[in-house]
Amino acid sequence: MAKKIYSTYPMVKYLRKEALPTALCPGCGGGTVLNAFANAIDGLKIDPKDLVVVSGIGCSAWIASPYFLADTLHTTHGRAIAFATGVKVGLPDKKVVVISGDGDLASIGGNHLLHAARRNIDITVILVNNFIYGMTGGQVAPTTPFGAKTTTSPYRNIEHPLQISETVAAAGASYVARWTTAHVYQLIGSIKKALQVKGFSLVEVISQCPVQFGRRNRMKEPAEMLRWFLKNSVPVSRARNMSPEELEGKFVIGEIVNRERPEFTTELNKLIDEVQEHFGLKGDGDV
Amino acid sequence: MIIRGNEPEQLRLLRKLYEPGNYFMQGNEAVAYGALFAGCRFYAGYPITPSSEIAETMARELPKLGGYYLQMEDEIGSIAAMVGASWTGFKVMTATAGPGFSLMQENLGYAVMTETPLVLVDVQRSGPSTGQATKGAQGDFFQARWGTHGDHPIVAVSPTSGQDAFWETIRAFNIAEKLRTPVVVLFDGVLAHTREQIKIPDVSEVEITYRKLPENEEEARLPFGDPHGDGVPPMPLFGHGYFTHVTGSTHKETGLRDVYTPEVHDRLVRRIHRKIEKNREVYEKYEEHFTEDAEILVVSWGVTARPALGAVLRAREEGIKVGLFVPKTVHPFPAERMRGLAKKARTILVAEMNLGQMIIEVERYVNDDVLLKGVNKIGGVPLTVEEILREIRGVA
Repeated sequence: MAKKIYSTYPMVKYLRKEALPTALCPGCGGGTVLNAFANAIDGLKIDPKDLVVVSGIGCSAWIASPYFLADTLHTTHGRAIAFATGVKVGLPDKKVVVISGDGDLASIGGNHLLHAARRNIDITVILVNNFIYGMTGGQVAPTTPFGAKTTTSPYRNIEHPLQISETVAAAGASYVARWTTAHVYQLIGSIKKALQVKGFSLVEVISQCPVQFGRRNRMKEPAEMLRWFLKNSVPVSRARNMSPEELEGKFVIGEIVNRERPEFTTELNKLIDEVQEHFGLKGDGDV
Repeated sequence: MIIRGNEPEQLRLLRKLYEPGNYFMQGNEAVAYGALFAGCRFYAGYPITPSSEIAETMARELPKLGGYYLQMEDEIGSIAAMVGASWTGFKVMTATAGPGFSLMQENLGYAVMTETPLVLVDVQRSGPSTGQATKGAQGDFFQARWGTHGDHPIVAVSPTSGQDAFWETIRAFNIAEKLRTPVVVLFDGVLAHTREQIKIPDVSEVEITYRKLPENEEEARLPFGDPHGDGVPPMPLFGHGYFTHVTGSTHKETGLRDVYTPEVHDRLVRRIHRKIEKNREVYEKYEEHFTEDAEILVVSWGVTARPALGAVLRAREEGIKVGLFVPKTVHPFPAERMRGLAKKARTILVAEMNLGQMIIEVERYVNDDVLLKGVNKIGGVPLTVEEILREIRGVA
């Protein structure tokens, strides 16, 4: 059955066939994200040879690694962006993409996320936010909605979720957008834009985890979760005129920021040029 | 692509920038210049006393050579960025001290598992915890060996002077490249801040090694195989269209994860051990003084090896038959030579700036009939010639 689907799926050319079928649970939003990413790569006609994909630890880290057929670096928990920083400095002409989850990138890896945005290094981060630690069994995350139930907040979550996109935008990223897995075409559009932006770009994808999050919060069917996303999504333009109380529990979707700022690897190479020029080290001078 | 950048151009730049001759500089600067001569063109780090001058020197000098200095947000990010850069073909280094070294341990294990060449300089300071931030110590002997989790090999070298630091750093790069493995340089706060005369050689006197690259597509498809039988797989660098998959999880020869098959884990981890064990000639190094007829043997390493040599020379003048053994690669320990020397000695003194760490390693190779004694000092002040001499006289 699985083999048949993969043989007719047009994006299968971007996948590492020996790693299929995927380990994702039925109904997981990870497949939608993988599909959107593959479509964006296909739409921009990016040669996968010009792509390095880096991920951390957790379900969402698997979306691109091992499944995506490119150079892939599957790293330690939370550190994907720091690893990707080294890759990007080494290969400034390649597209370096980080795909990982909220627990990985925004919790343990929160510091690297902020500083990569501040540095404005040309990396595209696709952050899959499913409100939960899926792979470890459904524990509370820094993105879990207030009041939601998880295995480690069995009564209710009394912490407030981190607004990842707004935080990264404030830290200095060039491009930030947020969509849900119910907004596939918009998501593909934003991933395309993010890949073309020269600077740090983040696409946050709110994604369903019916197995670990949904069934503990009265949404055990994937479709119920998608309906929940659609019902509570507010476009960023409308959200600007809403009070914090009105926005409680809502998902602000759309482009949060899109601006030009000096990019890190460009500046780094410019600096090296200037220094070599200054010390008379350029060209074939005296040997 | 063997090295990032054009090699003749790099040699021209090194010659132009650093004229051969004698310089007056800190041990930390000597480490940095050693790295530059070894071909290091990527440094990612986080400032920490007493290692910071290494970062400062790299930040100043790397751009001149077309290299990259990155100050990361913490030590964890630093070693992570190094691994990323190493997979694009750079020779990479970072420098840190005790607390930072502790933070780097997880990704040091990642580098072992993914067989990523890198050089990690630990300028040892006293601990536990923040300890004496500005003082030297030799308390990270076992942190280097067993700091990261799991069954893993490690290679660690330890210089005994500023001049030695220059050459040992180069050697660390050569070992890392040859064996596709991380190498730790166990330096210390005393030598790091000691200014002395250091001779910078001509680049032609420096032997430089590069990692093995795949010779064909087939080798590139097995980034964790063993096509040459030496346990060291060629490294298919990122950006060459090989579609290499690198993971810290247990992986097959192709790089693909397989954490369920016991044989896969066994095969991988044993090979990583074997490539270090079987290639002793690549890294084994020690120094000996007056060991031929020594009845008393002083064993010492790093900073303490210098006053130890002074004490041995003085004791020899007094007619005491004492010798000195200094492992320069401390992990894996020069076991065979140690065993040989221990057979001839009746007393062994192990001098180090800690409460007894290398002595535990030495003890494994010494018979019960030998008197084994530690000469230890902590507090940030190194052992003196007199202190070690007094101990030698005491057992003479």
